[in-house]
Amino acid sequence: MSEPGGIVLEELPPPALDPEYADLGGVALAAKYGLKQSGKRPPLFEYAAQLWQRRHFITGYATAKNRSLYSNARLGQLWQLLTPVLNVAVYYFVFGILFTQSRGVPKFLLFLVIGVFLFNFLQTSMINGSRSISDQLVLIRALHFPRACLPMSATIIQLQQLGFSMIIVVGVALGLQETPTLRWLLVIPALILFSVFCNGMAMIVARMGSVLTDTAQLLPFISRTWMYLCGVMYSIASVTDRAGIPHWVKLALYYDPPALFITVVRNCMISMPSRASYATAADYQAAVNSLHQPAFAWAFLVFWALLAGVGGFVYFWKAEEQYGRG
Amino acid sequence: MADTPKVLPSQVLRAIQGKEGEHSFSEEELAALRAQIIEERAKRRAEAATNQPTVVVDNLNIVYRIHGAGTGRGSATGALSRIVSRRTSPTIREVHAVRGISFVARRGESIGLIGRNGSGKSTTLAAIAGLLPPEKGGGVYTDGQPSLLGINAALMPDLTGERNVIVGCLAMGMSKAEANARYQGIVDFSRIQETNPHAMNLPMKAYSSGMAARLRFAIAASRDQDVLMIDEALATGDAKFQAQSEQRIRELRASAGTVFVVSHSMAAIRDTCDRAIWIEAGKILMDGDVDEVADAYEAWSKQG
Repeated sequence: MSEPGGIVLEELPPPALDPEYADLGGVALAAKYGLKQSGKRPPLFEYAAQLWQRRHFITGYATAKNRSLYSNARLGQLWQLLTPVLNVAVYYFVFGILFTQSRGVPKFLLFLVIGVFLFNFLQTSMINGSRSISDQLVLIRALHFPRACLPMSATIIQLQQLGFSMIIVVGVALGLQETPTLRWLLVIPALILFSVFCNGMAMIVARMGSVLTDTAQLLPFISRTWMYLCGVMYSIASVTDRAGIPHWVKLALYYDPPALFITVVRNCMISMPSRASYATAADYQAAVNSLHQPAFAWAFLVFWALLAGVGGFVYFWKAEEQYGRG
Repeated sequence: MADTPKVLPSQVLRAIQGKEGEHSFSEEELAALRAQIIEERAKRRAEAATNQPTVVVDNLNIVYRIHGAGTGRGSATGALSRIVSRRTSPTIREVHAVRGISFVARRGESIGLIGRNGSGKSTTLAAIAGLLPPEKGGGVYTDGQPSLLGINAALMPDLTGERNVIVGCLAMGMSKAEANARYQGIVDFSRIQETNPHAMNLPMKAYSSGMAARLRFAIAASRDQDVLMIDEALATGDAKFQAQSEQRIRELRASAGTVFVVSHSMAAIRDTCDRAIWIEAGKILMDGDVDEVADAYEAWSKQG
């Protein structure tokens, strides 16, 4: 049925237009039938509502991802427990035995375990968050859903890990003859606030990582530096009580968000040994200082959680229509 | 007459042209079949012409900006300074992929996009899916948010097929119960358990590209979507699956959705579409009845 003779592209008549489109034009036609601009970012609250609708996707995706994480290893899901234990073993060997940072810190093992696990939660949420968009480009391009689901599941995966880690923390605490008190329950609101904080941080780096793939390479170095500043394996007091440290540096170290979260959780779980168990007053003072919790700590926890949580969410939402670009 | 034609339109056409090797039809039968196909298509197109529009593409322009062409991207200090200063790379190349495309798609239409590689077909679909922001002065308006099905690898390669189905359904906005209820239907449709009964428990990275494409198609087609866009996804399945997915496309079309198909196989376009749009160098050359446009495109391709 092909036409005789050659086809010259330039000589083809202009394509037929839809009559209604020719009449009204695109914008008016779309308005008449209630069509919406494709891929347009919804307003903030509507976006949050959409996110709530997909909550089963967020948790389902996180669980599936978590299961597949160790599917190649022979010991399988046991690694969920083994990974944090081995982590602590390494840090205990280096900072408890080789460098004897434990001096002056009561129940050093518990002190270390809390610091390592909490910081690890922040660190891995951020690193996985920064990859969450670029790694799932196929999914983003195939199905439509609020993209904030992806960094949020990255945080939830780590939250599940943190759950396993907290079992170990409780085990260590009981092993060191800590008696459970009602104070331990304060750990729960602290960890909820910390999750909000980590989630916000994950969203910030997720947007950065979606544009600049270098973020994922850079982040481990930044987060490791941050960890060494946070008193994860030593007490902040042992640094700040030295002479010649300006006051603002002390404040910055104590109120640095992860450091503050770690300090508060430690104070919830570690009880001070009595004066009698220390030989000198100076030793006892060092032990007290190592658990020093700065003023208005809880108020600042709420502040940091809201700042990072809300700020990170808004920052991520602002680029919603860009994530499919890759 | 019959809802499911036993003979596909492309087969009839090939038989009339004498290209189909063996067939059991007489010339009169073929002519009657061809007339019936053309008549049914004309009827469908006439009905669809007054339906509500589902996609309005209004003077669409898409420009790709390729950052950092020629400059080093690897140095950490360079990346850091770019993060801090929020400066973009000095060298940006612009590629004007789609140049002022306008068309209207209505309920019940199935539209084939044809054209050479790099002519802007896939870019147009990505823009309809809302993945690429259009330039100022034009836009894409849709009813609901369309899904785009490409030939790329599995959705989540590390996860098992089973998890991919459930998580994919949840991502499309189904509830947990709904996703579980649809699971078996999706697996049956994809037929991937026919070759390997344990396929659903394997991670999708272990699937062949055809198996992965079949499962993806089954997931996306499981929900009655307003607008479904298929980018070469049909080309990867085997003949049996192709026939089956064409059947599903006809069902979707009948349930008042709109279907877009990008394919280099004119047979697949003729079998699944009523209307075709020929895109060349980012512009629409022809827009009309599938036979008319496909014939012109084939004739032009043969000129070399």
